[in-house]
Amino acid sequence: MSVWLIMALCGVVTFAIRLSFIAAEGKVAFPPGFRRLLPFVPVATLTALVIPELLMPQGVLWLAWDNARLMAGVAAIVIAATTRSVPWTLVGGFVVLGVWPF
Amino acid sequence: MVASAFREFRAGVLALAPLLVGVMPFGMIYGALALSQGLSPAAALAMSTILFAGSAQFLFCQLLGAGVPAPVMVAEVGLLNLRHALYSAALAPRIAHLPRRWKLALAYLLTDEAYAVIARREAAGDAGPDRHWFYLGAGLALWGGWQLSTAAGVVVGARLPTDWPLDFALPLTFIAIVVPLIRNRTLLAVAAVSGIVALLAAGLPFKLGLLAAALAGMAVGWQLAGRIR
Repeated sequence: MSVWLIMALCGVVTFAIRLSFIAAEGKVAFPPGFRRLLPFVPVATLTALVIPELLMPQGVLWLAWDNARLMAGVAAIVIAATTRSVPWTLVGGFVVLGVWPF
Repeated sequence: MVASAFREFRAGVLALAPLLVGVMPFGMIYGALALSQGLSPAAALAMSTILFAGSAQFLFCQLLGAGVPAPVMVAEVGLLNLRHALYSAALAPRIAHLPRRWKLALAYLLTDEAYAVIARREAAGDAGPDRHWFYLGAGLALWGGWQLSTAAGVVVGARLPTDWPLDFALPLTFIAIVVPLIRNRTLLAVAAVSGIVALLAAGLPFKLGLLAAALAGMAVGWQLAGRIR
């Protein structure tokens, strides 16, 4: 399948998600469980993406001091928790990744 | 009335402007990453208009580079963007009275950053009759900044050394978004389960472990939220 077609499908799906509740307001009643699920969506999806990038940068579990991505990730988590800033988290993470001596 | 609409629009642009400091470097990194994963410059630029979702565009490039089949790519991009349903739900009652073209435009422009600015204004309790112009201003400011920075990344990216770890910007950005969201034990449990399942299921083909982990995390949150209530 061509890249353009995949991109178009992803675009349609993304737009549909963004329009979902806006279009349905006052017309469709969502099941109560659905709204209960929503607050967990960002944490569940983003964590699932992040953790393997830090602990398995080469496809196998690598829990050691010489895993620079893990150390940069831990630093980024601390920075994100204290500053709540995307730019500072990016800067801090890349700096640690760059200077970590392994 | 026109003056009020313009004031609202300008206020939206100005409210979003500080966030561009973080977004524009990210856009440039995306542009460079897209080329390094084999996308053409035209496709890399078009994706910023078609998807208009930074993290999903990063994921798209990674999945494309990993040779993941198309249906799985669409499913995982959709899953990653599912959080926008939250913003849609929050914005829906506030724009229910507007004509359809407004709803379509504001839905298209609904991103993490635009919603953050809109939510901040709503929390301040300042509800003018023309505030949809504020939403439009915030959304378009981000859109413009994203397109410009993506284009800059496509131009500069071709000259960057290929061994720079640009892909690490994705997990770092997600960390920056997700860590402040973990405000209670239920959300911490969701993150823990999601992370552990992601590690256990990492061996599944086509990055399906991502789907499994996200669904497991949501299921745990759903269970815990039900028990508390």
